[in-house]
Amino acid sequence: MDNLFVLQAIHICKRFHDPAVVKVLNDISLSIQQGEFVSIIGKSGCGKSTLLYILSTMDTDYEGELLIGMENMRGKNEKQLALVRNEKVGFVFQFHYLLNEFTALENVMLPGLKLGLYKEEEVKQHAMEHLRKLDIEKLADKKSNQLSGGEKQRVAIARALINDPAIIMCDEPTGNLDKKNSLIVFDIFRQLAEEHHQTLLVVTHDEDFAKKTHRIIEMEDGRIIRQ
Amino acid sequence: MNKRLIFRIARSLLLARWKQTLVAAIGVTFSITMFIALLSFMSGLNNLLDGLMLNRTAHIRLYNEIKPNIHQPVNSSREFNKSYNFIRSIKSSSTRQEVYNSGAIMQALKKDGRVQGIAAKITAPVFFNDGAVQITGIIFGIDVQAESQLFHFSDYVFYCDPLDLKNVSNSIILGEGLAAKLQVETGDVVQVTASTREQFSLKVVGFFQSGVQELDNVQSFTSIGTTQKILGKPGDYITDIQVKLNDINQAPVIAKEYAQLYQTDAEDIQTANAQFETGSFVRTLISYMVGITLLIVAGFGIYNILNMMIYEKMDSIAILKATGFSGRDVNRIFLVIALSIGFFGGLMGLLFGFLFSLVIDQIPFITAALPAVKTYPVDYNPVFYLIGSSFSLVTTYLAGWAPARKASRIDPVIIIRGK
Repeated sequence: MDNLFVLQAIHICKRFHDPAVVKVLNDISLSIQQGEFVSIIGKSGCGKSTLLYILSTMDTDYEGELLIGMENMRGKNEKQLALVRNEKVGFVFQFHYLLNEFTALENVMLPGLKLGLYKEEEVKQHAMEHLRKLDIEKLADKKSNQLSGGEKQRVAIARALINDPAIIMCDEPTGNLDKKNSLIVFDIFRQLAEEHHQTLLVVTHDEDFAKKTHRIIEMEDGRIIRQ
Repeated sequence: MNKRLIFRIARSLLLARWKQTLVAAIGVTFSITMFIALLSFMSGLNNLLDGLMLNRTAHIRLYNEIKPNIHQPVNSSREFNKSYNFIRSIKSSSTRQEVYNSGAIMQALKKDGRVQGIAAKITAPVFFNDGAVQITGIIFGIDVQAESQLFHFSDYVFYCDPLDLKNVSNSIILGEGLAAKLQVETGDVVQVTASTREQFSLKVVGFFQSGVQELDNVQSFTSIGTTQKILGKPGDYITDIQVKLNDINQAPVIAKEYAQLYQTDAEDIQTANAQFETGSFVRTLISYMVGITLLIVAGFGIYNILNMMIYEKMDSIAILKATGFSGRDVNRIFLVIALSIGFFGGLMGLLFGFLFSLVIDQIPFITAALPAVKTYPVDYNPVFYLIGSSFSLVTTYLAGWAPARKASRIDPVIIIRGK
């Protein structure tokens, strides 16, 4: 398993065309192995979020190659990319982004139901397991707008885990949380990486957070300066 | 699985904004209600007005017109064969109005599969004697049973059972206007002078009101036998054979066929009453136009509400896309939302439309011209309900189409980055 790259980016460049052509990402190449806990740090505007959106297949307007689980993302259509995201990528965003119309449990279940690999009952069971693992099973039946910020973020992590993704990508997962909740979230990540060998890619500007990860990729002005 | 999930998400989105949903659905309900009520009422009124004339008129009438013979000897002469012959002042050759060989024709008609029924009729112009004054009128000798069954004769007769005409010998049903002129009531006897100068006494058993004053002032009805007696004709004397077809639209074609086959004149209903059909067509067209306009307005309402919902749900759409829902899935979610508004709104519309029709059906509508009608006429035609429900789905689908497409094209990166 050691040499299996979960994610590979090869010479990725990205330009913004509005209003003038600006090169935001310049020749980015990186590989992430199974089970790694990687953080990308850099100052605001260095292109780290842009990179994450490309790596997550949501942004398709780039040059270079992107491989997820040895599969090239080039040439896939919108529907196929959606399937890749559903199956192989888990997301945790800065602002939680739960669906307010659903309960915490349903939010976690949705990607699983979409994948349709298991019956609803089984998906529900898996979702409950993940909630239990993150110590929030008692919130399962609450509507997501009744949850606190830290609770929401944990529900979002449970949702990212539901389809056993190859990689979980996080965009400033603690950016919106207080110290205590940040620590809880970090502990969860660490636990996932060390105990469950879950591959994690975290974009953050919190250096303390980054220091505790296995590997740091530092970016500046659209380039990787250290990895 | 995917479909169920899409329905589930659509339902949650709908219920989360149930007030908006309700407003949109009420828009559809209102328009479908009005559509159903309007069309049912209009169609009922159409049928009533058409019925004034069309229901009482034979689809095809076989008769012998008194007219000059078209086969003039000069045309058969070999000598003038190749020339165009002008003949002036031709006199009508035959004074016989009866349909020749009527018995055989009626038997043949009864066997024809396209014919629903036939009713024989005799027309006899007479004078009614009112003291020294003579009032002109027409007596129709009719087959009461066939006439009631095919041409709703019994709907226009009052104060008696139309069958009395058959059961009471020498009886007559007078047009209402005529009865007023003669100042008679049921049970009285009227004196009639036929064209043969013979006088008859007939017992009045009832009155007839067609709703057309002009007709009611001259028309009266007796059984066929009585009219034959008045005219001094034998039992096979018939002047009209009225044919009712299964399909009224075939009347012109079949009329031509019969004219050839039976060597009589044949008049079809379309030729005789063309203006009625035009009238009903225009009225129906107007009601459909109003109904469709209402639905289009409701459609714009749904369009607006869906558009607003999409702006509100940008985040949700972005997250659905980020977690693996494709643009097509999102598109379907919003189409399902639109269609369920259309479906449930339409369903309620059908129900309320039906109730509204029931209410209209109870409103009194008493007119001297139509003795059989007591309330406003309503046509409970299932076709209207079918059209209403399919229109509600089609308009909501069209209203949802553009917003759904917009939703499916939302770029999640822009939304997530924009926060």
